[in-house]
Amino acid sequence: MSASTPKQGRPDAAAEDVRTLEATPSCSATRVVERDAEPAGPAGNPRNEGASGHKSGGRAAADVAARIIMWGAFVLAVIPLVWILWSVVSNGLELVGSPRWWSDDAAGTSARRPGGGALHAIVGTLEMAAVTALIAVPIGVLTAVYLVEYGRGRLARLVSFMVDILTGVPSIVAGLFIYAFWVTTLGGQRIPFAATLSLVLLMIPVVVRSTEEMLKLVPNELREASFALGVPKWKTIVQVVLPTAFSGIVTGILLGLARVMGETAPLIILAPYTKYLQGDLFANLMATLPTMINDNRTEVTQAAIDRAWAASLTLILIILAFNLVGRLIARTSKVKA
Amino acid sequence: MAKRIDVQDLDIYYGKFKAVEGVSMRIEPRSVTAFIGPSGCGKSTVLRTLNRMHEVIPGASVDGQVLLDDKDLYAKDMDPVAVRRTIGMVFQRPNPFPTMSIFDNVAAGLRLNGVKNRKVLSETVERSLKGANLWNEVKDRLDKPGAGLSGGQQQRLCIARAIAVSPEVLLMDEPCSALDPISTLAIEDLIHEIKEKYTIVIVTHNMQQAARVSDRTAFFNLAATGKPGKLIEIDDTQKMFNRPSEKATEDYISGRFG
Ligand SMILES: Nc1ncnc2c1ncn2[C@@H]1O[C@H](COP(=O)(O)OP(=O)(O)OP(=O)(O)O)[C@@H](O)[C@H]1O
Ligand SMILES: [Mg+2]
Repeated sequence: MSASTPKQGRPDAAAEDVRTLEATPSCSATRVVERDAEPAGPAGNPRNEGASGHKSGGRAAADVAARIIMWGAFVLAVIPLVWILWSVVSNGLELVGSPRWWSDDAAGTSARRPGGGALHAIVGTLEMAAVTALIAVPIGVLTAVYLVEYGRGRLARLVSFMVDILTGVPSIVAGLFIYAFWVTTLGGQRIPFAATLSLVLLMIPVVVRSTEEMLKLVPNELREASFALGVPKWKTIVQVVLPTAFSGIVTGILLGLARVMGETAPLIILAPYTKYLQGDLFANLMATLPTMINDNRTEVTQAAIDRAWAASLTLILIILAFNLVGRLIARTSKVKA
Repeated sequence: MAKRIDVQDLDIYYGKFKAVEGVSMRIEPRSVTAFIGPSGCGKSTVLRTLNRMHEVIPGASVDGQVLLDDKDLYAKDMDPVAVRRTIGMVFQRPNPFPTMSIFDNVAAGLRLNGVKNRKVLSETVERSLKGANLWNEVKDRLDKPGAGLSGGQQQRLCIARAIAVSPEVLLMDEPCSALDPISTLAIEDLIHEIKEKYTIVIVTHNMQQAARVSDRTAFFNLAATGKPGKLIEIDDTQKMFNRPSEKATEDYISGRFG
C-alpha cells in the first residue's frame, strides 16, 4: 500500500511528514528484532560474511533464513493456485472453445452423450446475479450511508454488529434460513427467486462493508464545503459524497457479485438444476453454473466430467471478467486510499 | 448585502468540553475583521459558530446569541441551512469538489440549491470567477477538473464558489496558510476588493497579514491548555497593533508570547 501512495493524489505535506516519522521508529524496531535474533543464528557464518559489507554474519544468516521462509510460503501458496487453474483450463478448454457451448443449453445430452452447451447455466447465473444485485445494492449502500453519515449511538452499533454477523454466515446457513422462511414458514415452492434471496443475504454485508470503507475515504472537508454553501445534508450525500466515492462503491459491488456467483449451497437447496434454458425466476427449476458443475460431477462418465470442467472454467472466466471490470473502474477513482 | 454580526456572551462546547467562553463582539459590515491568537484558543471554533457550521460536529453545542442584523441565528425557527446560504465559508485547505469541473465547482452552490437555468449559471460562474481574480487563468478550461489547478488557484476557486451563492458575510479560516507568498498576495488583494460588498472575517496566524488586510482585529487567548479560550480584546487594527489596551495583546503581537 505504501508503495502506491506517491502515485495517488498528493497527500499534504503534514501527512507526508507523519509518514516519514512513523517509518523511522518501525525501522529501528526491525533492527532491534534483528539484533535479538542474532545470537540465535550461527555467530560467524563465513559464507555470508562477505556478502554484504556492514552486516554481521548472524544478521545476514537471519536475513537469508527469513527470505527462504517467505519465498517458501509464497511458492506454497501459488502452487495450488496454478495447479487449479491449469487443470481447469486444460480439462475445460475444449468444450468452452466450441461455439455450441455458448449458444445452446444441455438439452439432448446425457451421461453418455458428450458435448452440449452451457447457455442455460450462464443465463441463470447472470440473471440471478443481476436480481441479487438489484435487491442487495440499494439495501447495502443505504445501510452504509446510514452507518457513515448518520449512525450514532446504539442503533448504529447494533446495525454494524448485525452486518458483522451476516458477514460470518456460511452460505449453506443462508440457504437453509431462506428455505425455512420461504418453504416451511410461508409454504412457498423451491424457486430460483428464493435462492436469489439467500444470495442477497450473502451479498449485503459485502456491499455494506466495502461502501462504508469508500464513504469513509471521502474527506470530511468536502462535506463541510457543501454544507457551507447552504446545501442540505441529504443533498450533500447524494450529489457530493456518493459521486466522489462512486467508482469505489461500484468496484465493491462487482467484487461482491463475483463472490456470490460462485456460491453453490443455497442453489442446491433452493434452485434445482435443469438441462433446459429456463429464465423465469419464479418457475420451479433453473440452471446455474455452480449447480451445472454439481450435477455433472455426480456422473462418472467422461462426457459429464468434461462438462463439469468446462462449466468450472466458464464460471472462473465470468468472475474474472467481473473482477477486471471492477478493477478498471477502480482506476478512475476520485478518492484515493 | 453585507450585514452586521453581533455576538453576545457566547459559550461554545465540544461535548462537555467548554472550548470558548464569554465572547461578545460586534463585526461591522463592509469591513474585514481579523481573528488572531495562539493555536488552540478557539478562533476556528468561534468562526464556525457564526454560520452554524459548529453544530455539524457530533456533540457540539452553543450557548449565547449570534445576531445577524438583529436576527438571532440560533433562534428556534432559524434553519441552519438558510444561515449557511447567507454566510459563506472558505476553509484552511482548498477543497474543490474532485468530481466536478471548474465550472461545476463554482456553480455547485446554485445547482445544489436547485438553479437549473444555464444562462443564469454561466453568468454567475463568470462573475464569481472574475470576483475571485481567477477568470483570466481558467476561462479557457472551465470544463477541466477543479482539482487540476494549483493550490493558490484552488483556493481562489473555493472563494469563487463561496461568493457564487451571493452570501452577505464571508468567513475565512486561515485561507492562505497552504499558499505561497504570491498566491497569498493575490488573495489579500481579492479581500481588499470584495470587502466593498461583503462582511469578511478572517482567521490568520500571520500578523503582517492581519495588519495588511483587516480594519478591525480581535485577539483571542487561553489561560492554560484545557481552559476555555476567551476574547481578550477587539479594536481597530491600527490601534491593536500600535497601542493595544491589554498587555497580553501587546506581548502576543510583538512576539513576546509564552
Ligand atoms: N472537533 C473537535 N472536537 C473536540 N474538540 C475540538 C474540536 N475542534 C477543536 N477542538 C478544541 O477546541 C479548542 C479550540 O480549537 P480551535 O480549532 O478553535 O483553535 P484555533 O484557535 O483555531 O487553533 P489553530 O490556530 O491551531 O487553528 C481546542 O482546545 C481544540 O482542541
Ligand atoms: Mg483553526
